Amino acid sequence: MSRSRRVVLAVVAAGCAQSLAAQPFGLGRAATPAEIAAWDVDVAPDGSGLPPGQGGASRGEALFADFCAGCHGDFAEGVGRWPGLIGGYGTLDSRDPVKTVGSFWPYAPTLWDYVNRSMPYGNAQTLAPDDVYALVAYILSANDLVGPDTHLTEKTLPNVVMPNRHGFARDDRGKAERHLWRAEPCMTNCKPEVEIRMRATDLDVTPK
Amino acid sequence: MSDAAPPSRRAVLTGAAAAMVAGRARADDTLITQVQPWSRNLGDPVAAAPYGLPTPHEFDVVRRTVDWLTADAYSSVSFTPIHALDGTITPQGCAFERHHSGAIDLRKEDYRLMVMGDVARPLVFTYADLERFPRDTRVAFCECAANSGMEWRGAQLNGAQYSHGMIHNMEYTGVPLRLLLEEAGYDTSRRWVYVEGADAASNGRSIPIKKALDDVLVAFKANGEALRREHGYPVRLVVPGFEGNLWIKWLRRIEVRDTPVHSREETSKYTDTLADGISRQFTFAMDAKSVITAPSPQAPVRHGDGPLVISGLAWSGRGAITRVDVTLDGGQNWKVARLAAPPAPMALCRFYLDVAWDGAEMLLQSRAIDDTGYVQPTKAQLHAARGMNSTYHNNGIQTWLMRADGSVENVEVS
Ligand code: HEC
Repeated sequence: MSRSRRVVLAVVAAGCAQSLAAQPFGLGRAATPAEIAAWDVDVAPDGSGLPPGQGGASRGEALFADFCAGCHGDFAEGVGRWPGLIGGYGTLDSRDPVKTVGSFWPYAPTLWDYVNRSMPYGNAQTLAPDDVYALVAYILSANDLVGPDTHLTEKTLPNVVMPNRHGFARDDRGKAERHLWRAEPCMTNCKPEVEIRMRATDLDVTPK
Repeated sequence: MSDAAPPSRRAVLTGAAAAMVAGRARADDTLITQVQPWSRNLGDPVAAAPYGLPTPHEFDVVRRTVDWLTADAYSSVSFTPIHALDGTITPQGCAFERHHSGAIDLRKEDYRLMVMGDVARPLVFTYADLERFPRDTRVAFCECAANSGMEWRGAQLNGAQYSHGMIHNMEYTGVPLRLLLEEAGYDTSRRWVYVEGADAASNGRSIPIKKALDDVLVAFKANGEALRREHGYPVRLVVPGFEGNLWIKWLRRIEVRDTPVHSREETSKYTDTLADGISRQFTFAMDAKSVITAPSPQAPVRHGDGPLVISGLAWSGRGAITRVDVTLDGGQNWKVARLAAPPAPMALCRFYLDVAWDGAEMLLQSRAIDDTGYVQPTKAQLHAARGMNSTYHNNGIQTWLMRADGSVENVEVS
């Protein structure tokens, strides 16, 4: 949700005709405040966009058992190939990183945003805000990031510190991989010998 | 038999030659010498198929899946049969799909697009509104950031369709996103737009407004006709050169903002974890890449030695391809391939190398160069730069081993 939404709405209400005159094509129609509210659901890392509400981890555990555990497991550990939502701490620089909400996600409000709009899978956008707070509290507590008695609100959720908060950096390929640019590729006698090191047929995982 | 004089070598040769000539003559091709039913009878009337499908003889040129990749078929992927296509345009009917909550059915009449956020006039457009804006038509490739991801740690899937088939290339028609942003009076001090679809996953991504104002299209046609449901009918975003996840299908909302949203799709997914555990974020551009589509494991060579067409695709998300090199010996020596047409920026380019195959084993690779001077690297070069865990954005050189019998295998070489 954009921070200056209220300002924008005021401008629209006050100067509708005037701003419409500035429209290059005069196509489309003004979005109503209710329409904007219905779709403007994204939540930023600082929590802006979170609706008022509250929910505790213990109620979240019950909701999770009802609506989520079938795929994500009772403890959010994941069932079969459905994604696990817990664990993986300290694995990100290992040979097999385990990326979960707990080990990988940088911002707690993003969890609220994603559960609110995309889960439960196949029945999305059916949860009430208080239920989402409760589910988020449970998932965070299953990751030991908040205590089992924690209640979260739109005010407190952004304060939950995620372990991988500083684990992301902007795309630096232009610099870090600079040597891949303007390299004059070798055309003849580029290497003395070539050895086959691995074969897809040894793995045999290709569909027939 | 034993008392018969052995025929002289010459006689054998002459006899063989005669038999060959005679053999040729004997084997008159009845497809030619006899009138065939299709030359005698009427074919189908016009509009036998009001909308035609490919001939049943090409039944196996279809999208395919790798079932073990995903938990179910609704958040999953299918692959373009690039090994069996030629030219550059991907037919919609076999172009790869990636959904996060299935392909939804959304009628034009029910379609709404909202442009809001830091704008003077939050607006709602209908499909009919979009058709009244000036429009552009251009070709662009769409490549999933995870294309070739399964090959990152070494040869895994035995087929170009699976190793490189999360790509398609279509001619899109649509409204420049810039016009919609101007229509809404976007705040020119803002640096990002957030784009979102109408499906249950409602995948949202943040795009720099610089890109949004440059060449992004709000597209409603592909290859001249309506988009297919699986590609976002009635309206999808086309973000030339950028990873496919940004090409929002069933596009419903565009929000002008000052900062990215850091949505799940740009934190938990579509980020590239380096050796030190730090993950690159907002890695939008698809670096230059190429692959030989035939011969390849699903397209073996059946004709034996002699003339052989090596055919492949090259592309770059940073500009136009300028050159493609092909090696037959695993990278010891390279030849410059022939480009089928002058390459367009951020579009697939078809290359060919016509060789006289001596029937010996070959290690085939291709290497693309784009107009920024970027040279497609080996996987080893990428591993050195990124470590082993950065599976998105694998644009490393692909190797096919072609054996003397013409069969082809996906291999990793030194
Ligand atoms: C029918 C199975 C199913 C159910 C039920 C389900 N999910 Fe999911 N969940 C998935 C799938 C599949 C994904 C990955 C979707 C994708 O690929 O985009 C996912 C992803 C997630 C993620 C993101 C994981 C990551 O690391 O990116 C979270 C968080 C989540 N689910 C929470 C929930 C919650 C909370 C509920 C209950 C309200 C729930 N899920 C119910 C199948 C399910």
